[in-house]
Amino acid sequence: MHDPKVFPSQAPAIPFAVPDTAGAPTESDPMARKVVITGLGATTPIGGDVPTMWKNALKGVSGAHTLEDDWVAKFELPVHFAARASTPALDVLTRVEAKRMDPSTQFAVVAAREAWADSGITEIDHDRLAVAFATGIGGVWTLLDAWDTLREKGPRRVLPMTVPMLMPNGPAAAVSLDLGARAGAHTPVSACASGTEAVHVGLDLIRAGKADVVVCGGAEAAIHPMPIAAFASMQALSRRNDDPEHASRPYDRDRDGFVMGEGAGALVLEAEEHALARGARIYAELAGTSVTADAYHITAPDPEGLGATRALKAAMFDGRIQPEDIVHVNAHATSTPVGDKPEYAALKAALGKHVDSVAVSATKSQMGHLLGASGAVEAVLTVMAIYDRKAPVTINLENQDPEIPLDIVTTARDLPAGSIAALSNSFGFGGHNAVIAVRSV
Amino acid sequence: MASNEEILAGLAEIVNEETGLATEAVEMDKSFTEDLDIDSISMMTIVVNAEEKFGVRIPDEEVKNLKTVGDAVSFISNAQA
Repeated sequence: MHDPKVFPSQAPAIPFAVPDTAGAPTESDPMARKVVITGLGATTPIGGDVPTMWKNALKGVSGAHTLEDDWVAKFELPVHFAARASTPALDVLTRVEAKRMDPSTQFAVVAAREAWADSGITEIDHDRLAVAFATGIGGVWTLLDAWDTLREKGPRRVLPMTVPMLMPNGPAAAVSLDLGARAGAHTPVSACASGTEAVHVGLDLIRAGKADVVVCGGAEAAIHPMPIAAFASMQALSRRNDDPEHASRPYDRDRDGFVMGEGAGALVLEAEEHALARGARIYAELAGTSVTADAYHITAPDPEGLGATRALKAAMFDGRIQPEDIVHVNAHATSTPVGDKPEYAALKAALGKHVDSVAVSATKSQMGHLLGASGAVEAVLTVMAIYDRKAPVTINLENQDPEIPLDIVTTARDLPAGSIAALSNSFGFGGHNAVIAVRSV
Repeated sequence: MASNEEILAGLAEIVNEETGLATEAVEMDKSFTEDLDIDSISMMTIVVNAEEKFGVRIPDEEVKNLKTVGDAVSFISNAQA
């Protein structure tokens, strides 16, 4: 595997204050390759493309609504609402295209196509173009529909496309096929950290010289009665059935769980020299990323946020970023009673007293929790925040939890001029922590 | 019993649903793979849908013999008889 000197982001323990030169890449080192973001795509509960999503994210809207599906009553689900993608994938894809894709893959292709078009890349060496597209659960609709078909109609009626549609690498494979990406199609799976881990994988691929351009992202389509029942069973979902729009309330005293969302986010990562050579519009630099594991409990976060702290420090170290450079954090903040607090502990440990000067946004308040897609969508939002120099809104914060005294953005806020940086956190069941650091260019 | 024309029309609808090809393109002498560009996975989906629509059974080992649309129409017609 890689020499830890070459991949400091994977070093197990990173000291807090690191001199700028410690372990710094040299000219001959592939790590010296700077990676920039040149394309963005998203399909979410608050917008079917990036411009719409960003406009709404600054305004502060809720994508959560009561589910009209008959299966809510049929199975007597304890949760009656979710945040569906605002633009159905079938509005964008042709019927025949969509037929061979699980809904999660449909969202992935929609977001990836937008990001690709946005990058303006017209000519590319396809052998140097890779994909890193994550999902938390995979093709759960396809899997469970096929199981229903088997039981009701027998094996002959189970469609031949079932396997390629349910496999978790389906979104990555479909994006690779769609764009002709031949430098590998990767599928990092780490529950709700998956989308962020995909960005991390993308950065490593370019730094390691294995690709010049990577389309990375995450997709999820799990608003199905079984996952709702399962997440509800573990007491993870909000039960504010009479008021869905106010159910997702990260950092609020009365938060009672997350809201299921669906959709996808996608980013085009590009080696800086490749982007400069074609005169590309550069949104921001993907300065650093990191992935750590708690090794503490299968679902509960480490109460002191130690794994998350290590991830935050490692991402800053990887990006040669000091705490004082950070002006904005897109927090994981799912709105569960137990999850939001350790994240504060981690931010405090990683940023020190500078934590009080950082504008924190909890965008799941608006669009719910997109599970394996959430990190990718939040990466898009973080890049937009740096590019547009505005922090998006956290809605439903009525009584801030006194144990989480962060500076939370409740109306869109301007970010400072000059060189600035932002972090986006994602944590997943299994003790997965993933962080990306984005810097202005 | 459906006539050959009715079977062709029904098959054309199934092919259109699976592949997006215009129903008029589905003609008796057209090869599924060579002319209509239908891959094996789509072919199996078409076969299963045809079984349901026409109330016949098309054994897996028979599918490879259905090279043209006409072959499929004849098979379905005979199976219905």
